[in-house]
Amino acid sequence: MDGNAVTPDKIIGERYMIRHLLISSIFAITLVSAPTLLAQTSAESSVSISEAEIESRAKDVGRALRCVVCQNQSIEESDASLAEDMRILVRARIREGDSNEAVMDYMQSRYGDFVLLEPPVQKNTYILWAFPFLLLVMGFLWFVRAARKQT
Amino acid sequence: MNSLKPYIPLIAFVILVIGFAVGLKQGDLRKLESTLIDQPFPDFSLTTLDDLGSNITEAELKGSISLINIFGSWCVACVQEHPNLMQIAQTNRIRLIGVNWRDSRVKGRAWLDRYGDPYSLILFDDSSQLAIDLGVTGAPETFLVDHEGRIRYKHVGIVTRDVWMETLLPLIKSLESGT
Repeated sequence: MDGNAVTPDKIIGERYMIRHLLISSIFAITLVSAPTLLAQTSAESSVSISEAEIESRAKDVGRALRCVVCQNQSIEESDASLAEDMRILVRARIREGDSNEAVMDYMQSRYGDFVLLEPPVQKNTYILWAFPFLLLVMGFLWFVRAARKQT
Repeated sequence: MNSLKPYIPLIAFVILVIGFAVGLKQGDLRKLESTLIDQPFPDFSLTTLDDLGSNITEAELKGSISLINIFGSWCVACVQEHPNLMQIAQTNRIRLIGVNWRDSRVKGRAWLDRYGDPYSLILFDDSSQLAIDLGVTGAPETFLVDHEGRIRYKHVGIVTRDVWMETLLPLIKSLESGT
């Protein structure tokens, strides 16, 4: 108790840091897991599917596909005639038993990465995906340094 | 190190500007890379513009080099392109196939009667069946397909005289000499 004295404000500083670490890690985990949770719901295979299910799955797929003539709308939102035909095609493919992923893959094979509203994680998008987390880490390091300086 | 500190925002800004400048210069966002280059022409089963009972498939494309042109009577740029296609047809250099996209048979036929018909075959694709398979985003678009029915080139927009002379014709010549 006598050797290494712990000053009150150091305790406060440490508690403060721990709380921040906790909050930022929860934030990071939610960010990382959100896309996988979304993906899981669309992975179910189809044996015989109802019209309502086709419609809801087609909407999931359609919201993730870019209307290639209007650039920043999904095919679900767009009134463009090509988007309409793409919506019909998505429904037809799902009705025939394609999984959501298969429909997305098909569209990607025709229109390239551009048709996906969410950029895929691959070589030329690593920076795009990693940058927010890099910023988070950098901010955290900066915070640690600033907190140390105060004591 | 400390003397540099005030300049960090400025340096970061300059890096950003350079990054954006390079990114903007690099690619025309409207020009989409065709993922179909060197791939077999997609399977299809369509009628021709004038014959409801016909059934044309991808097998039709084998055996000779073809230029496949997506058009529609609603397409303004196609009117501008059309005289060039008429000239290309007159050279008898290549089989010109039209895909009448998202149109009605009556309107498509009337449009060709008015501006001339350069095509040796016209496929009727009112529901984008073939167009989506080809990754078409608008008309006109033109595909060069080789003897074996493989897509060798895709041109988005009007086939101008320059595009024909400087890009398509040399490609056709090299395909011809390759066999």
